[in-house]
Amino acid sequence: MQPKLELLTPDLIDHILGEAFYLLETHGVKVQDPEARRLLGEAGARVDEASEVVRIPEAVVRRALETVPREFYLYNRFGEPVVRYGGDAVHFDPGSSGVHILDPETLEHRPSQTADLVRLVQVAEMLPQYAAQSTAVVCNEVPKAIGDLYRLYIVLLYSAKPIVTGAFSVPTAHYMLDMLAIFAGGREELAQKPLAVFDVCPSPPLIWSEFGARNLIDLARARVPAQMVSMPLAGATAPVTLLGSVVQHAAESLSGLAIHQLAGPGAPIVWGGAPAIFDMRHGTTPMGAVETAMIDVAYAQVGKSLGLPTHAYLGASDAKVVDAQAGLESGVTAVIGALGGINMISGAGMLDFLACQSAEKLVIDAEAIGMALRLVEGLKVHTDTLALEMFASVGFQGDFLKQKITRHLFPKEQYLPSAVLDRGSIRAWEEGGRLDTFTRAKARVRELLAAYERPPMDPEAEQELRNMMERLARQAGMDALPM
Amino acid sequence: MTDELFRAMAQSIIDGDPDVAADLARKAIEAGIDPLEAINKGFVPGVDYVGEQYGKGEMFLPDLVLAGEAMKAAIAVLEPEIARQGGQRQTLGTVVIGTVEGDIHDIGKTLVATMLSVGGFRVYDLGVDVPITTFVEKAREVNADIVGMSALLTTTMVRQRDVIEALEDAGLRSRIKVMVGGAPVTRAWAQEIGADGYSEDAIGAVSVAKQLVSAG
Repeated sequence: MQPKLELLTPDLIDHILGEAFYLLETHGVKVQDPEARRLLGEAGARVDEASEVVRIPEAVVRRALETVPREFYLYNRFGEPVVRYGGDAVHFDPGSSGVHILDPETLEHRPSQTADLVRLVQVAEMLPQYAAQSTAVVCNEVPKAIGDLYRLYIVLLYSAKPIVTGAFSVPTAHYMLDMLAIFAGGREELAQKPLAVFDVCPSPPLIWSEFGARNLIDLARARVPAQMVSMPLAGATAPVTLLGSVVQHAAESLSGLAIHQLAGPGAPIVWGGAPAIFDMRHGTTPMGAVETAMIDVAYAQVGKSLGLPTHAYLGASDAKVVDAQAGLESGVTAVIGALGGINMISGAGMLDFLACQSAEKLVIDAEAIGMALRLVEGLKVHTDTLALEMFASVGFQGDFLKQKITRHLFPKEQYLPSAVLDRGSIRAWEEGGRLDTFTRAKARVRELLAAYERPPMDPEAEQELRNMMERLARQAGMDALPM
Repeated sequence: MTDELFRAMAQSIIDGDPDVAADLARKAIEAGIDPLEAINKGFVPGVDYVGEQYGKGEMFLPDLVLAGEAMKAAIAVLEPEIARQGGQRQTLGTVVIGTVEGDIHDIGKTLVATMLSVGGFRVYDLGVDVPITTFVEKAREVNADIVGMSALLTTTMVRQRDVIEALEDAGLRSRIKVMVGGAPVTRAWAQEIGADGYSEDAIGAVSVAKQLVSAG
């Protein structure tokens, strides 16, 4: 039995959806892309071109819900389906788009560069807890105009895992799809076996920007998975109540889903998000707050009630260094997300309200994720009798260690942490130099980087990717690539 | 052929399979292979491998214990054959080991005993709750090179000092090395009570014991 955390009764889910549909039909959504407005208008929505407000009847959304896939897979570069978006499958990936990297020696939050992204990708590649990669930080030395596709280029060069990514502009999104198609064997093959999912964000409250809506349409037509990342900020850009924010999330996501399915019926799309509560002392957006995690679990439950794949931003912290706060916020929210049965949980490695990535935090978070994944595996019946057979050869001595079944089953029963977690004795700790978690994490990062090997890839495809990147970089005014 | 058999012997230890290990030992005898060689070139490399992997974190306590069981099974077959041929299994030394009086914790001590045994020592495991006089009498009787004492409680740890004093009173202390271990035992405590050796874990205990007898 997979243990589950549910925060909503069926009645409350109906109530949330009822209010969301009512909002869409009466208050409306601002849709800033003309084609998206046209698609919605042709489907039966009332469009006010002057104000760009579209009022969408429930029936339009219900039709979209009939065509949307209930599950899909992301593939690794060897063509294997390794991430299941659907049901209660749970996966984790590192948080995306940090602008800073935590320098492990100086503890400074400095602007991230290519070398930092490479390091993060290599570390995440080595950790099985991460089912997917993300385009984890922006590379600040690269022109902004190609920042999004350049990150994808780097991840494609150093990883074989599926990728959670996103575009920063309409034209670059197409280049990114082309980059992925190089390795998939073509655009059609990419649609059949997608290597990546693209984050697409509405703007709270209830706005689909021209870029956001365009992105939805283009991804739907390319039939490459889109991941809606609705981010109500409870008390600031969304109602202060957690449930009020869940209603807003539902309205934004349902309208996005309608645009997407009208553009490409049957294309895969994820009910995702990155909401937060609004901190009333500091005006910040705490990702490590329990209420943030509660909004996530609640909207995921709403998405599941509609049969949709889910995503959330959890397992991150607002601490500035990799300290106790970082550990507790990341661990607690990773467990909550896992218990919510959320298909993809992004956020690991992140500090400072998703602004700063850290490879050292990534290896520590991997342990919290290992535990969270173990928890959702639940308790299993491995043997015919639960204990009786194991007692058969044992008197009143603690001789279970000698039983073959002990050796056979302990790796199935116990999640085995890395040396980042100290489970040795006090003496071993003292003799090992009295190292704290962060110091152990630094050592682990060094070990992983030393053991990392670039995954095998088709040299022709790799050359094509490099050529494409060099061409795009020159167009953006950059004559030589950093790496 | 012999090499193949030796490899299979090592594998039986790595697999922790006492039945296979005993079978291979019997095969070696039938084939006329020197039983000492079967131990040293066949089974011992398996033990070394398991210990090494354990040290690296790639193998675990159940692997160690089962390797020990397999080794014991092999030696039980081969030792009578060694005696029949008029030889004697060369051991690194004789160890008397037990958990001190008032303390019934078994696992750590048994693990150390197993590892010492498979590591080439002749081991007399006195069990748990062992009175001071039993340690002394057994050490005298078997002409022990090492006395090992385990204590898992801070309250029983002090017994380790009592045993050392009793060995002194019996006039045995000068020719016997003393090793102590157990959860509350530290290097500082070992020094304070005048023990010769201390180790954090069972694998470490074997190397400490080897150092002690070679320094002896």
